Amino acid sequence: MSERASIVDVQQVEKRFEGAGATTVALQGINLTIGSREFVSLIGPSGCGKSTLLRLVADLTAPSAGQITINGKTAPRARMDRDYGMVFQAPVLFDWRTIDENVQLPLEVMGVPRAARRKRSVEMLSLVELSEFSRHHPWQLSGGMQQRAAIARALAFEPKLLLMDEPFGALDEMTRERMNDELLRIWERTGTTVVFVTHSIPEAVFLSSSVVVMSARPGRITHTIEIDLPRPRTDATRETEQYFSLITQVREALRAGQGPIAPEAAL
Amino acid sequence: MTTAVPGLIRPSSIRPRVIGVGGAVRSVGAFLLVLVVLAAVWELAKAIGGVPWRDFLGSPIDPPWNPPLRIKQLNDQNLPHVWDVATAFFQPATRNSPHSLGAILIDAAVFTGRSAFAGFVIGGIFGTALAVIFVHSRLLERALVPYVIASQTVPIVALAPMVVLWIGRDWTSVALVSAYLTFFPVTIAGIRGLASPDPRALDLMRTYAADPWRVLWKVRFPAAMPYFFTAFKIAATASVVGAIVGEEPTGIRGGLGRAILQFNEQYITGPEKLWATVLASAALGIVFFGAVRVVELVVFRNRQAVIEA
Ligand SMILES: Nc1ncnc2c1ncn2[C@@H]1O[C@H](COP(=O)(O)OP(=O)(O)O)[C@@H](O)[C@H]1O
Ligand SMILES: [Mg+2]
Repeated sequence: MSERASIVDVQQVEKRFEGAGATTVALQGINLTIGSREFVSLIGPSGCGKSTLLRLVADLTAPSAGQITINGKTAPRARMDRDYGMVFQAPVLFDWRTIDENVQLPLEVMGVPRAARRKRSVEMLSLVELSEFSRHHPWQLSGGMQQRAAIARALAFEPKLLLMDEPFGALDEMTRERMNDELLRIWERTGTTVVFVTHSIPEAVFLSSSVVVMSARPGRITHTIEIDLPRPRTDATRETEQYFSLITQVREALRAGQGPIAPEAAL
Repeated sequence: MTTAVPGLIRPSSIRPRVIGVGGAVRSVGAFLLVLVVLAAVWELAKAIGGVPWRDFLGSPIDPPWNPPLRIKQLNDQNLPHVWDVATAFFQPATRNSPHSLGAILIDAAVFTGRSAFAGFVIGGIFGTALAVIFVHSRLLERALVPYVIASQTVPIVALAPMVVLWIGRDWTSVALVSAYLTFFPVTIAGIRGLASPDPRALDLMRTYAADPWRVLWKVRFPAAMPYFFTAFKIAATASVVGAIVGEEPTGIRGGLGRAILQFNEQYITGPEKLWATVLASAALGIVFFGAVRVVELVVFRNRQAVIEA
């Protein structure tokens, strides 16, 4: 994917879930290398293991086989070193904290002194344009604003890597596009590497430097599509010929990955 | 840009207030109204079946009213007049006593309240500690929770004299008996509450490499607060019951338990005194409950959902 130093390196990873009697092979033969400052989207049908792959990288679950390296370290080591920030599909903000206090949470856990915490939170909230809402509580904000607060929180301790699991999945199309614009702006300003899970093809194409297409049962990577749309990407980008042809390309890759309905699925 | 966002934007001055001063006044008003209604129903019942019917001065010679029915449960011995109970507070506790019954009951309520409060605090801390341990160890939870439950089936009247033998005949024994009743709801609700955070919230803390201690303080306890306060409200009243019951079989003087025993013995000559003591006990329980409720409102002033009493 890139000649630059790799931030995430996934080699021959497999993940099985042992259930009562049945074993689900969530991921099989996964190889993925993500270079510094890349924006990589994972796309695929629901249940193909996108979240599982992200959770493996985050060391929220351990692989059944294979190797995961982050910044040259094992995934658990990278987690202990707080090398990445994570954003989930739901904002997971704490009701009893103000937006400002929510953003400060990781810094509190990491033992950052109060003054530095405050300063950092002010910066992050202005980055996601929530400054006026810093003293509000989460329930006073709309879904999109809550998600921005969650992004500010994930960026608060300046992780080199941002892992995002369908962060805008619950938002309406209009808000989602605005959030996409903002995310790109933040990404360009902070210089992080982003791994972004989505099930929206336009979103994946608009944001990414490359789109990783996955298929289900067992979850595999079937295609990797480089997105060479020029940056900065704007509303105008969404109307270019190239944008549409890339969308078509990803759609076809997804369809090819799914294949015909497997006969054994009819069992 | 903020104007375009649909949703719940409110002026920054807005704070969802679950209950304000107005709400508190309404609660107290409703409570007093019900008290008046209860007194009215009580007197109505006596007017129907309480023979002989006496007036405020207690004169039985020239009854101003003859109840149509004669119901044993409603006579003055079994159900004294509301005004007799009320005036009992202002009359001497015993014939030669220099103190009014009210003054004595206030002293007794303070004495019992002290034990109950100590019991509430001890039980609350112990109950919380157990919940914390159980939430971090499935093994200990499985092994010990049955004993926690069994502990509550032991009659407190059987236990209290033993506690006095171990600790001594003073209010600390009573506090321990009270704690025995209060820790239980705190432990049971605490286990639920401490385990209540969204798994994603725990995942989030894991991505911060947060140790269990930090997870406990920053996520589990705050998330468990509604559960704890529900338990604290139960424990508050249980602590008063525990203290009164703890005083009774142990013969400890000065509290409501002793007063109940004493006025129970004197019931024939002054039933209204026992009724007054029962009311004082109930009032102490309400004060405890109310105190927890006030703390709850302060703790939850910034939260959206407050679990109602
Ligand atoms: N904790 C788990 N236990 C058992 N099966 C799981 C677990 N997490 C995910 N799976 C299974 O793994 C597969 C991939 O899940 P997931 O990664 O959530 O897919 P996606 O995010 O792409 O929709 C699914 O079949 C799902 O049922
Ligand atoms: Mg998912």
